[in-house]
Amino acid sequence: MDYEQRYKLAEWVMDYTLSSGADEVGVDLVRAEELDIEFRDNTIDKLEQGIQDLLYLEVYRDNRYSAHKSNLLDKKYLIDFIDNALNTTMYLEKDLFRTLPDKTLYPEKAEYDLQLYDNSYSMLNNKDKISIASNIEKASLSLSEKVIASTSSYSEGCFHLIKMQSNGFRGDKYSTSYSIGAEVTARDDNNDLCEDSYYAHTRFFNDLPSSEKVGKEAAERCLKKIGQNKISSGIYTMVVENSEASILLGMILSAMKGSSLFLRSSFLEGMKGKRVASERLTIIDDPYIRKGLRSNYFDSEGCATQKRVVVDSGILKEYYIDTYYGKKLKMKPTNGERSNILLEYGANSCEELFAKAGEGIFITEFIGGNFNSTTGDFSFGIAGFLFEKGRIVQPINEMNITGNALRLWNNLIEVGNDPFPYSSVQTPTLVFKEVFFSGD
Amino acid sequence: MKSYFDLFGVTEEMAEKIMSEALSSGGHYCDLFFQYRSAKNLHLEDNAVNSAFNATDFGVGIRVISNEQTGFSFTEDLTFHSMLKAAKTASAIANSVNSFKKLKFVPKTETIPDYYPILKTWDSVDTKEKMPVLSKINSSVFSLDSRIIQCNISFTDTESKILIINSDGGIYTDYRPLFSLKVKVTAEENNSRESNIAARSGRYGFEFLNEDIIKDISQEAVRRTVDLFDAVKPDGGEMEIVLAPGSSGILLHEAIGHGLEADFNRKKTSLFYNKLGEKVAEPFVSVVDDGTWKNARGSLNIDDEGNKTEKTFLVKNGILINYIHDRISAQHYGVLPTGNGRRQSFRYSPTPRMRNTYMLSGPHASEEIIRSVKKGIYAETFSNGQVLIGAGDFTFYVKTGYLIEEGKITKPVKDINIIGNGPEVLKNVVMVGDDLTLDSGTWTCGKESQGVPVSHGLPTVKVSRITVGGI
Repeated sequence: MDYEQRYKLAEWVMDYTLSSGADEVGVDLVRAEELDIEFRDNTIDKLEQGIQDLLYLEVYRDNRYSAHKSNLLDKKYLIDFIDNALNTTMYLEKDLFRTLPDKTLYPEKAEYDLQLYDNSYSMLNNKDKISIASNIEKASLSLSEKVIASTSSYSEGCFHLIKMQSNGFRGDKYSTSYSIGAEVTARDDNNDLCEDSYYAHTRFFNDLPSSEKVGKEAAERCLKKIGQNKISSGIYTMVVENSEASILLGMILSAMKGSSLFLRSSFLEGMKGKRVASERLTIIDDPYIRKGLRSNYFDSEGCATQKRVVVDSGILKEYYIDTYYGKKLKMKPTNGERSNILLEYGANSCEELFAKAGEGIFITEFIGGNFNSTTGDFSFGIAGFLFEKGRIVQPINEMNITGNALRLWNNLIEVGNDPFPYSSVQTPTLVFKEVFFSGD
Repeated sequence: MKSYFDLFGVTEEMAEKIMSEALSSGGHYCDLFFQYRSAKNLHLEDNAVNSAFNATDFGVGIRVISNEQTGFSFTEDLTFHSMLKAAKTASAIANSVNSFKKLKFVPKTETIPDYYPILKTWDSVDTKEKMPVLSKINSSVFSLDSRIIQCNISFTDTESKILIINSDGGIYTDYRPLFSLKVKVTAEENNSRESNIAARSGRYGFEFLNEDIIKDISQEAVRRTVDLFDAVKPDGGEMEIVLAPGSSGILLHEAIGHGLEADFNRKKTSLFYNKLGEKVAEPFVSVVDDGTWKNARGSLNIDDEGNKTEKTFLVKNGILINYIHDRISAQHYGVLPTGNGRRQSFRYSPTPRMRNTYMLSGPHASEEIIRSVKKGIYAETFSNGQVLIGAGDFTFYVKTGYLIEEGKITKPVKDINIIGNGPEVLKNVVMVGDDLTLDSGTWTCGKESQGVPVSHGLPTVKVSRITVGGI
C-alpha cells in the first residue's frame, strides 16, 4: 500500500468503528521497514530484511476502553477485527477517566522540519552496507592479535506513522534510523576472555561515525579490560562514563510517570517542587532537536510536545502526566512520556574529572541489577576501572553498587561537558561521591 | 495438518515454488515458518477490570542457509507473489547459481508428543468468563492485609498456531497455548511504602485458573510485599549464599545456560568454548535443559525449526557434556539438533535458546544446608539477570530473601544484586538439596532483541562464595 492507500484505510477504520458504535476512536497505522546485517570471520553471518504494517485501534465506548493490534489489514479481516474490538469493550467495567485527550492540546502547525527522515535512505546498495560491516570487523581485528572475534553489524530502518483521533487530530511522521557497531572478544595470556561493544545510532546515514572508528573503539574498550578483577568492598567516588549514565538517570525518569504516581509506586510522589538531586543536576526534555532520536511535534496521544526543564538545579519541576492519569490524579496533563533528554553540561572533560576526583572507580558498564521504583533502592552489577591520582590503574569487574536513588543523585558532584551523542538520553560523564561498592 | 495449510492459504505446490525461489542463488537449505498468534490481555486497576488489549499477528518467515550463513526475510502478506518476493530477498545470502531440484515432500508420520495437554482452549473462553478471576484475586488481596493500598493485575492468554515446511521435505505443525498472570501489590505502613509481584505462567488452558491458584497467588503477593517492611540491606561483599528452590534457577540460566548456547561456542566467544568433557562442578551437580516438562512455560512439542524437543543434559555428575543446538550449530558440530532452535515470531530467524533449565535434586536436605551457613543470604525471589558470554560475569537481582545467621534464617533482606563468574560459581556449588522445584513465573529470556518464554528451577543450593550487593 502506498501512502494514500494507507491514509484512506486509517480513515475507513475510524469511520467504520464510529459507525458501529464507538463514541471515540484512535487509529495508528504503522509501516516499519528494517534491514540488519551481521558480519564476522570475513563473511556475512546474517542478512535479515522485512516490512511490517500494523494497525493499532483504541476504542472508547459507553465509558469503557480497550486497545487492539492487528497486521491483517485486508478489509475482509478488519470488519471482524473491529466488531470483536467493540464487543470486547462492552464486557469491561466502566472507567469514567478514559477519553481521548482534550483537543485543545493537539499541536498547531509545525514550526520547522525536525529532520527525522534521511532522503538518502535506500539509495545505498546492500554491497556497500556489507562493506561497512566488513570494515568494522577489519578495524577491530587489526588492533591486536588478542582480539579473537568481532561481530560487526549494520542496521537501517524506515518508519512511517499515520495517526488519527476521532476528535480532530491528524498527524504523520516519517523517520529513518541507522546503527552500526561491533561486539569484540579478546583472549589474554592466561586464556581468559573478555568482551565489550560499541554502537552508534543516528537518524541520518552521513552522521554515522566511520567504520574504522567504531571497530577500533569496540576493540580498544575490550582490550582495556584485560586483567580485570574485583577489589575490596568500600565507599568510593564513582565516575560514570557518558554512554552508561542514562541507566542512573532512568531511575528518576521512570518514577516521574503518572502511572507510577497513581499506583503509589513512585519514590518521587509528593516531591514536585522539592529537591531530588544536588544542584548540579538540571534535566531538560527537548522534543525539538533536529535529527533527535525522540524528536516529535506530538506525543503518543497526539498532544503537542513542549520543551521544558523537568529538574532544575536539583528541584523536581514536572511529572510525565498523560490524559488518563492526569484525570485520575487531578493533575494537568503534560506529556505522558519523555522525549530527548539533555542535561545542563559542566565545563570539564572526562579526563579532567578524573584529575579533579583524584581517586575512585570509573564505571564503563552496568551489568544487570535492578531498581525499586517505590522506594528508590537500587543495586547494579558493574565493570570499569580503579583510578588513582587522576589516572586509570586497574580494570575491575564482578562488583555491585548499591544504594538509594535520592541519596545517589544528591551526591552528584560533577557534570561533564561530553554528552554521548548516539542516544536519546544525552548524558555526559557524571561524578558521584560516597557510593557503596561491594567486591571482595 | 490440512487445517494449518488452509489457515495460511498455502499448498505444498506453492511451498515448493517459494522454496525453489529461496534456493535459486545456491543456498543449501530453506524453511518457511508460518505463524498465527492471538494474544488477549485484561487489566485490573483501581478495583475494576477496565482495560483490554488484544493483538493478532499473522505471517511467514523465510530462511535460507548457505554453509553457516543465514538469509532471512518475512512477509505479513501471504499472497503467493509477496511470499515469492520475500524468498528472493532471503536467497541473496547465497551467491552461486545452483538450480534447485524438485522438492520431495515426505510428510512425517511419526507422532509428535503433546507436552501441553489442555481441556479448554483460550479461544473458547469469553472475556466475561475471565474477568471474575481478576476481581476475585483483587478482593482476596485486599482482604488479607489492611496495609494494602493498591493492587494491579495483568492477565494475558496467547495461542500460537505454527506450520513449518522445509526443503528436506519436512512438514510440522504445533499449537501452543500460554497464559501469564501477574499481581502487583503496594502496601503502606508508617509512611513507608513497599511493592512486590507474584506471577504464574505456563502452557495451560482456562481450567488452570481455579480457586486454589486464586488463593495462592493472592497470598504470595501480599506476603512478599508486607515482609519488605522489616527487610534490611545486608553488608555487601563476598559471602555464602543459599538459593531457595524454584526461581533461583535463574542462576543456571545466567551462569551456564547462555554460555552453552552453541552459536556462541561456534563463534568461539563463549568461555565454555572447547570445554566439553571437562569437570565443571561437584559430582552431585547435574543440569538439564528440558523441553518436555508438562505444561511448563518453556516447553515445546517441536522447536521453531521443526526439531523434536528433548531433555538435554548440559552437566552430568559434574561433567560438561552438551551444548544446546539449533540446526546451524548442530551441523557445525556434526551432532543432532537438541530442539533448541527458537525465535520470537515469524519476523525473526531462529538461534539456540533455552527452554526449561534446572538442576536435578542432590543428596542434601534443605534444613542441613541452611544449618551449615554461619553468615550468609537465603535468596528467595528474583527479577532480572544478565551475563557476559565471554568473561562469564553474570548477575541476578534478589527481590526478597533473608539473612542466615548461625545456621538460622533471621531478618528479611531486599533489593540486592548478586554478581559472580559462571564457571567459578558452578565450582562453588557445595551442597544440593533434594527438593527440585520448577518455577512457574513469567520468565522471558532476551537474546539478540528476541524474547522467548522460558522457565528454570533449582533445588535448595549452597554456593560457598559470591559477591552480594549491600551497604
